[in-house]
Amino acid sequence: MQEHFRQIADHAFSQLQGDEVALLTFDGEESEFVRFNKNAVRQAGAVTQRDLGIDLIRGQHHAEAQVSLSGDLAQDRARVEGMTDELRRRLDVVPEDPHLLYATEVHSTERIGSDELAPPETALAAILKGGQGKDSVGIHAQGPIHRGFANSLGQRNWYTSYTFNLEWCFYEHGDKAVKSDYAGFKWDAAALQRKMEEAARQLAILQREPKTITRGKYRVYLAPRALNEVVGMLGWNGFGLKAQRAKISPLLRLVEGEAKMHAGVTLSENTAQGVSPNFDRRGFVKPDAVVMIEGGRFRDPLISPRSAKEFGVPTNAAESYEAPNSLDMAAGDVALDQVLAKLGTGVYINNLWYLNYSDRPACRMTGMTRFATFWVESGTIVAPLNVMRFDESAYRMLGDNLLGLTREREMLLSSSTYGGREVASARLPGALVADFAFTL
Amino acid sequence: MFEGLKERFREVLPRTGFCSLRAEHERNETIRVRQNVLQPIQTSEDTGGMVTIMAGGGIGYAATSDLSRAGLRDAVARAEAWAKATAGRTVFDFSKVAMPNPKGSYETPVRTPWDSVPLAEKIAMTARECGRLKTDDRIADFEAGLWFTKTSVLYLTHDGGEAQRVIHRLYPYLRATASEGTVSQTRNLSASAICRQGGLEVLEPVGWLSQAPVIAREALELLAAPNCPTGTMDLLLDADQMFLQIHESIGHPLELDRILGDERNYAGTSFVKPEYFGTFRYGSDLLNIVFDPTVPEAFASYGFDDDGVKAEKLYLIEKGILKRALGSLISQSRAGIPGVANSRADSWRRPPIDRMANVNLEPGHATMDQLIAAVERGVYMKANNSWSIDDSRNKFQFGCEYGRLIENGKLKGVVRNPNYRGISASFWNSLKLVGDRSTVQVLGAPNCGKGEPNQMMRVGHVTPAALFSNVEVFGGD
Repeated sequence: MQEHFRQIADHAFSQLQGDEVALLTFDGEESEFVRFNKNAVRQAGAVTQRDLGIDLIRGQHHAEAQVSLSGDLAQDRARVEGMTDELRRRLDVVPEDPHLLYATEVHSTERIGSDELAPPETALAAILKGGQGKDSVGIHAQGPIHRGFANSLGQRNWYTSYTFNLEWCFYEHGDKAVKSDYAGFKWDAAALQRKMEEAARQLAILQREPKTITRGKYRVYLAPRALNEVVGMLGWNGFGLKAQRAKISPLLRLVEGEAKMHAGVTLSENTAQGVSPNFDRRGFVKPDAVVMIEGGRFRDPLISPRSAKEFGVPTNAAESYEAPNSLDMAAGDVALDQVLAKLGTGVYINNLWYLNYSDRPACRMTGMTRFATFWVESGTIVAPLNVMRFDESAYRMLGDNLLGLTREREMLLSSSTYGGREVASARLPGALVADFAFTL
Repeated sequence: MFEGLKERFREVLPRTGFCSLRAEHERNETIRVRQNVLQPIQTSEDTGGMVTIMAGGGIGYAATSDLSRAGLRDAVARAEAWAKATAGRTVFDFSKVAMPNPKGSYETPVRTPWDSVPLAEKIAMTARECGRLKTDDRIADFEAGLWFTKTSVLYLTHDGGEAQRVIHRLYPYLRATASEGTVSQTRNLSASAICRQGGLEVLEPVGWLSQAPVIAREALELLAAPNCPTGTMDLLLDADQMFLQIHESIGHPLELDRILGDERNYAGTSFVKPEYFGTFRYGSDLLNIVFDPTVPEAFASYGFDDDGVKAEKLYLIEKGILKRALGSLISQSRAGIPGVANSRADSWRRPPIDRMANVNLEPGHATMDQLIAAVERGVYMKANNSWSIDDSRNKFQFGCEYGRLIENGKLKGVVRNPNYRGISASFWNSLKLVGDRSTVQVLGAPNCGKGEPNQMMRVGHVTPAALFSNVEVFGGD
């Protein structure tokens, strides 16, 4: 796809008139998906997609479009010409955009991974073999993902990664299940087998009589996946400069210095150690890291080029939605093998589900426990817990009530596939929290 | 659109089994004006198709943006390879389903087409409504927008089936955020849920041309308002909260693929069991819920679903009793439970799954005044802004932008951060009164997430206001 994008870009730029500038972006993938339920295939197939973004600029006037490409050069040249003509006509209608900003210094980059994926049929066979005799349900996705940028000033950026992402549950009964994942760049059947065996071992606990707790405040451990749901909510308009200036950020009190979090809370957008491309859709190259919260206090927002122009500050090449793609939360000092002992009596939460804000200015959020969540007594897992709703402020969870973060962290690769396979990651520890409010 | 596609599809058909092609073209245009500055106008043109093959008991699909003969031939080969690889390993012998070969077409009735008004005029209109939101210095952020889509779909089967649809959609919105210190409150016109089929004629009846100052005023009122009280009391939900209540605690639990377990790794399962259909009391006698893809202006109306099944209005819940599932032809065959024509994909890039289309509450007989008059002590809530529900679609908590106390049958002061929680399986039995046609709004959502790989679906909900008794209500911190 890289060569196709290069040829399309060359053609698009050759069609420019006068002092026009064009920015092009490319999103492509060649994916294979297998969806399974009860350890049998529900749907399986392949998706090939190529999407070109065009921003045609004349002075401070510009117009944007996205068009799907077929992969056939002649067809795609015609599509790009047609869309460029439409955008050119639009330039006469739209006013100057005071917030237009794009990279004018040429900074080309290329990052192409190696293809160490197994044939999709091999992955399918291993998944069904590992799930034999179990109620296994989930999705496997694999194949190359491509991102590109080019502008008529001469810049070229390209990114290709070959990844797989298997997410599955082994169900014991009802809603009691162990959720697992196996994702990465190099398929290793033995590693998958080990993960499936570990998941099967955890199923044994789910056979015990489940415990239902009454509403109230409990000591809890949020495993990295559960903590990622909480921190992910903060990413929804929390860290971006635009949301902060528009006064809709749930972290406004932190930003304004009215609230603080625990001194152990440090959150960064760590592009250098994540899996996302290091260039944005306006041609800016991202810094290695942006520290958003340091020692419990707000430090730097994520700033898209548009916000940078609007508010008169430098950009840090955040995407237009100004949310992390390579979230990194600093580790603490609690050893993972001491978590149960330090939890004592309380709830061990592997997964949270369907979070939303119940009071945005107070950064208070609600959500559910899901999958393998356990009742713990005196440092020993006693029983699976029936699902419970929580309603709690992040300022309490990650503030005065935070007892500690684990020394070990997990790297979680995004399995989101809305519109296409997302290239994002989060690296987090687990968190021990006191007085966590369960409400239903 | 799709010239010569039918012929090219015929030329590449596999020798055996069921084969279909769902080709789609969608055009999107978005005009947004924020703080009186026109944001970059977004346009997109998306074209592609999905080939589905069921053969030898297996199933395979291939999605491609190349609808040339070579592109289709390649897609057929890839889908065929997956059908072969999955034969004998599937949840169900797909050859047992007699897939329809539909004939027909559907197009949204449109009175004022999007393209009939010049772009400059639409920009001016949006800028005008945006400007009318800025009524006070405390309005910190404000935005008006129009999102138009036109989707053309051609569905072909190997045995001559041919169904077409052309859907015109408009999604207008207005938003104002009022702020003082670190307290902020946001109001959106009808919870940003004005999702309609049609053209620009939609703008007037939904209030987009008149409600900007009201939205701003209500945001300012919320700044000074006390928190919603805590307690168990009557709850009057306006239509722009009811749509979400129906969506989450009736629509999703009735999806048959959830009940069959397909979604357990992602969107979840359902508290509804297969044996509930026909006997389970879902709600009070006042609860009448229909699957209705025939309402012309509703967001998810169509003539045929993505398996070519003809769409019709059917009761899911009648006088409180559960009758029918939101299950497509394949799910119905797997479960042996009656369903509807709701096999839907969000684009050519994804295979169809069981989805809501328009899931609507039939109106009752109470005017808004009568609904309010029926409350001794309670809260009126409107405009959803928070939604959360467990993976069985049972324990829920929802929040709204705007609330007012009701005392002795009269509306009283404004309250902010109004929230409530409950359990689906019992909540609908507390339905006390249903609003009449004067309280009905045609609403929906453009972004219902479900499926693996993930799909963002457009769904519609036509609903009146409704009154519930003994609900747990509370406010913010």
